Amino acid sequence: MKIFKDRLFKFFVIFFAFLTLLPLFSIIFMIFKNGISVVNLKFLISLPKPPGETGGGVLNGIIGTLLLVFFASLIAIPLGLLAGIFLYEYRDKKVGEVLTTFVDITQGIPSIVVGIISYLWIVKKMGHFSLISGSFALSLIFLPIIAKSTKETLKMIPIYIIEASLSLGISYPRTILKVVLPSSIGGILSGILLGISRISGETAPLLFTAFGNPFLNFNILKPVSSLPHLIFVYTLSPYDNWRKHAWGCSLILIIFVLMVSSFNKFLLKKWKIKF
Amino acid sequence: MSGTRLYKNAINIGGALIFGLLLSIFITLFVNSLPSIRKYGFDFITSSIWDPVFEKFGAFPFILGTILTSFISLIISIPFSLSVSLFVAEYYENTFFSKIFETLVDLLAGIPSVIYGLWGFFYVTPIVRNIQIKFSVPPTGVSILAASLILSIMIIPYASSIAKEVIKLVPIDLKEAGYSLGATRYEIIKNVIFPYAKSGIFAGILLSLGRALGETMAVTMVIGNSIQLPKNIFQPGNTIASIIANEFTEAVGELHLSALIELGLILFLITLIINLFANFIIKKQELGI
Repeated sequence: MKIFKDRLFKFFVIFFAFLTLLPLFSIIFMIFKNGISVVNLKFLISLPKPPGETGGGVLNGIIGTLLLVFFASLIAIPLGLLAGIFLYEYRDKKVGEVLTTFVDITQGIPSIVVGIISYLWIVKKMGHFSLISGSFALSLIFLPIIAKSTKETLKMIPIYIIEASLSLGISYPRTILKVVLPSSIGGILSGILLGISRISGETAPLLFTAFGNPFLNFNILKPVSSLPHLIFVYTLSPYDNWRKHAWGCSLILIIFVLMVSSFNKFLLKKWKIKF
Repeated sequence: MSGTRLYKNAINIGGALIFGLLLSIFITLFVNSLPSIRKYGFDFITSSIWDPVFEKFGAFPFILGTILTSFISLIISIPFSLSVSLFVAEYYENTFFSKIFETLVDLLAGIPSVIYGLWGFFYVTPIVRNIQIKFSVPPTGVSILAASLILSIMIIPYASSIAKEVIKLVPIDLKEAGYSLGATRYEIIKNVIFPYAKSGIFAGILLSLGRALGETMAVTMVIGNSIQLPKNIFQPGNTIASIIANEFTEAVGELHLSALIELGLILFLITLIINLFANFIIKKQELGI
């Protein structure tokens, strides 16, 4: 009886664990099955056709996502680094502890609320939707990720490295800049890549900031489309052609996200901090 | 010496930014909710009539929708996330097999939520429709049940990633002591691992709850977006996040916008409390070890 219970439990654990993978395989399989027939060179380099017409592509979404992520990185990376270094320097003090909790809370803010904030701070002031308000919303999600990974990475640098540098008469800021930061570049970069793979799929914060745009746009003050937003709009549209395009967009997006995260894994292995 | 000062100032900007950002997010949400808070007061949470045309805003259907979808998805996901964490941290710990398994489950967390929505819209709602037909309720497909099912898949990696870490932390000598008394693995899991790891497992479940409450896109795409009070889980509904996503750009009146922002504020506060609580448990766990 005892043995039977043990076996039964193990069976259930393995059964449920494998059942968890079923949706994953289904999602990946369906994206490839439905997406592969849509994605071709023309799909990648042309703009959408009016509703109901066949053909057309999603160039506006691809360029939009790249621009949104680029400007979000421009805002979030330097500020996130500063915040991360602050958390590292004050890690044993009360203020560091409290602000680390602040970062955790900021990271937990639902993405739709981030969209509201960017709307109130930027869109409402400017009077219209824009690329920059979308990037700002994404940067609010990006920033805590960088701050946390920077702090965790810097913590791993042994104190004797810093002491060795200081004992050579090198000033503290120079030590941080020339010794500590370069030796933790792998961890910091990995945080950045993690953030990029995370924000490139975000949709909710873009709904009322970047909004969407059927044309190409490089102006940061004008609305812009993005791959996740196109997936959302196309899925719920009544047009068959658009619904197919939603799968095509998903295929591009998932390949992008997978590439970024496997590159991240590769870097983590290669640049692992070891002393 | 000025270099040191510059460095200090620079990182202090970083610190001030963290502090100022969260504070101003809260203040912004609060100030912009004021018109709605003043006008509707507590009725905002208890009333079920949501009518932008006549400027009547009662958010109870959406609060109920959020609670229903989150808790149903939580209950569905728990056996799965526990199994995953036992699988990788106990039964097949440090094997090649478990490494692949962990990578795959992490992948589940990496899929953008809008893709879950797309997949759910085309492949989960038909299943729900069949269930609805069996129960002879209107076969809408899109429903609270469909949203809960999608959510339950999305939150598995969040609960399991914390649970597997605490299960790995269970001291080997405790387990060995159990085995030497003739306990089976099941008994070890039940009487040694679970009691030892329970607060960590609980923290992971809380984190996944926080995630479920705020999830927007996947839910919006399969929940049906009805502003009526749902009578059962087979009916379409709305969550706090999905009603914001649906109506924010179309909000015309100042009160409508303010009511939606107040919903955002409520969502912000609930997730804040849950995340704080989960963090507190995780920190306590770390100190105890």
